[in-house]
This record gives sequence, structure tokens and C-alpha cells, in this order.
Amino acid sequence: MITIVDYGMGNLASIKNMLKKIGVKAEITSSPEVLMRAERIILPGVGAFDDAMSNINSMGLLEVLNRKATVEMVPLLGICLGMQIMMRSSEEGAALGLGWIDGEVKRFTFEPGSPQLKVPHMGWNLVATSDVSFLFKNLTTPRFYFVHGYYVRCKNAGDVLATSNYGYEFHSAIHRGNIFGTQFHPEKSHKFGMQLLRNFMEIT
Amino acid sequence: MLRTRVIPCLLLRGRGLVKTMRFKSQTYIGDPINAVKIFNDKEVDELVFLDITASKENRGPNISLLKDITSECFMPLAYGGGVTNIDQIKELLRIGVEKVVINTAAHENPDFIREAARKFGSSTIVISVDVKKNIFGKNCVFISGRNKMSNISPTEYVRKMEEIGAGELLLNVVDADGMMGGYDLSLISQLSHAVSVPLIACGGAGELDDFRKARDAGASGVAAGSMFVFQNRNRAVLINYPSIPELERVFQ
Repeated sequence: MITIVDYGMGNLASIKNMLKKIGVKAEITSSPEVLMRAERIILPGVGAFDDAMSNINSMGLLEVLNRKATVEMVPLLGICLGMQIMMRSSEEGAALGLGWIDGEVKRFTFEPGSPQLKVPHMGWNLVATSDVSFLFKNLTTPRFYFVHGYYVRCKNAGDVLATSNYGYEFHSAIHRGNIFGTQFHPEKSHKFGMQLLRNFMEIT
Repeated sequence: MLRTRVIPCLLLRGRGLVKTMRFKSQTYIGDPINAVKIFNDKEVDELVFLDITASKENRGPNISLLKDITSECFMPLAYGGGVTNIDQIKELLRIGVEKVVINTAAHENPDFIREAARKFGSSTIVISVDVKKNIFGKNCVFISGRNKMSNISPTEYVRKMEEIGAGELLLNVVDADGMMGGYDLSLISQLSHAVSVPLIACGGAGELDDFRKARDAGASGVAAGSMFVFQNRNRAVLINYPSIPELERVFQ
């Protein structure tokens, strides 16, 4: 059983559909009480950083999320904005992030004189990792679907699980203890996404 | 590095898939859910579904059909057809649609696009633009949902669409549709350089090399119908998609 947090930021049906396809039972909840019982959590998210943090606060989810992530240490996967809010802050807004991972969220900008790529970074891109023990187990040349204008920059190299390149290298997956995050959308990345979610289900 | 997106553009009529030529003479292709399952196996980049009779029939999206489609679709999915209000977009996103394609309503009600982009973010809003040559041979915006030719210049139109909140543009060239004779490269070049949002080219793809040409002309993504639903120019139905190595070779 996996608990998907519904804090009013984007579409959760695709995640639930893919989990169903790989035979995983999932519940979607916005209730702190239900979340309190969760054994494994997906924190999705599409939209703006400040809106996400403001919803988490106003829905009374902040305390229970902190508890799950840092005290009970249940496996937790943040996707896209759900990963970005795990950082301390973002150039996108003024709100404080969850701060579970040391680092910040930055907007894609390209040096004058270098190709000015379109933002958001949208489409399939390669994801490179040297650690195939967790999320990236049994994935050869993994490609995933991205759509984002901001990216995370971890302060500690040890928190970086994978990188991708869009004009320059950025951190496309992060990992610290029980906490995982992907900038890309596994739920939109057919066989690669299914394998990644299967891998996440096996993490204890 | 990011590879150019290659997108099957599938046309819904009722609960079935069809393929048109020059927006007319439809060929029945088959069941959309079955097609989605095949495209999953083929690891398609992204899918676009357009309900080509919704606007003409003045109705909204067929949510129950789209629900069946999204529950089998594990890649980004864009839907267009009959979208005229915010609640419909909310519902489409709720069932797992990624992006909403708007054509007729963008022409008739620009304020709706402004509101939609503000509410859902412009990366959710794709504006589809159909272009057709008028009787003097000049490219003009064609309002396919009303079967009406306008005298609006495509360049002016896409600039306006970007300004009101389009996150992406889907260009369809009526005279090239279904003909498999290649994209209108000069139009792609002209329009993609007029805006800063991504432009997806559609209409005319007949072979893999056409994708590269469209990319070189300025398209951020390339869409095609006939190529992915027909085995060859004899138009025998076969759902197909190039392998990833093939695509990488094409775009090298």
C-alpha cells in the first residue's frame, strides 16, 4: 500500500493508474490522520513552489510530513515540484521549503553566448546515475519525461542520485536516507517509470 | 541531451479513431484504447488525441472515453476538442490528461485562454492553429471547428496566442494533412521563429527524414498521423512507431 499526498497541486490520477498497472494498491489522501498511518509516501506536485508550501501549511500537513520523513523515516518519493519543495528554498518564490535536503531550487538560465534553450525543459531526457542499488535498479539507459522550468541544486554531492543535461548538468534525482526525489515524471515514462516505481516499492 | 519529441496525433470520431486527408475523407483506423496499448509498448514520446467533431457538434470532451484512454496511457497525453471552459480543463487534468489543446475557443474567446493559463500554468495549455491557403494562395488561419476560413495571418495569430498564454503551439497544415508529402518547412520556420514557446509541427510527414527537416526548420516537436497508423502509402492500417535508435539516428 502506498499513500499519495493530495495537497491540491496537480494531477494524481496518472500516478495511481501506473501503480495499478504494476499491481500496487494506492490511496490518495489530503487528510493528516490518514497520512499519519502511511507506510510509504509519494509526494507529487505540479505548479508553483509557494502555492505548494502554502497548501501544505493550510491543510495541516506540514507536521505530519516532517514526522514521516524525519522521525519515522518511511520511504518517501517526491516527484517534480514534490521533490523541489524538499529543499530549503526556491528562486521561484519566497516561501521556505520543507528543508529535508540541503540545497536550493533554481531557474534555468543560460550564459550569454551559449544556446538559449526553451524553458520549460520539456520532453524525454537521459538520466545518468552511478548508484543502481535503489531507484535505478534494472534500468538500462533510463530515459524519463521532464517538464519543469526550475531544477534543484543539492549542496552535498552525497545527496545527488542522478544527473541530466539541459544546456548544463542538473540534479535530476536525489536521495538521502529514506527520502527520494525525481525531477522527472515516472508516471509519464512508461516502462522506465514502471520499473522505477517497482524499485521504490522494494525500498525498506 | 533532449531529443526532439515525436508525437502521434490521433483523431477521434465518436469512440473510434480515424485518419483524414486535408481534414476530409476519413479512414477508420480502429479502437483508440487498443492503439494506446500498442503505443505504450512502442515507448512513444507523447500522444495527442483530437476529437475532431466535438466543436462542430458544440459539445465538450467525451470524459468517459478519455478516462478509458488515460487509464492505459503511461506517457504524456494531450487532448483537444470542444474545450470551452475552466471546469472541463479541471476535469481533464483530474482524469490524467497532461495538456489541453484548444483551437476554436482560442479564436473565439481569448480571455478564456488567459484565465486557463493563469489557473493551470501555460505549460498545460497548447493552442492548436490550423493553417490553409486561401483562394489567392496566401496562408491564413483556418477555424476548422467552424469550417471557416479567416483572413488572419498565421504569424500574427501565433504571436497573439503566445501573448495570451499558450505554453505550446500545435501547427496543423490543412493542405498537407494526410498527404505524406512532407511538412510545410517554410511555414514551420516562419512561425517557430516568431514565438519563443515550443512549436509542434503537424501535417505532411511521410518518412522519418521529414522529422529531421522539421526540427531543422525550428520545430520543437514533430507530430504525425498517417505515418503512425498506416503501414505505407497504400494506407493499410498498422499502428507503428520508430524504435528509439532509429529516432536517434534521424535526429543526429
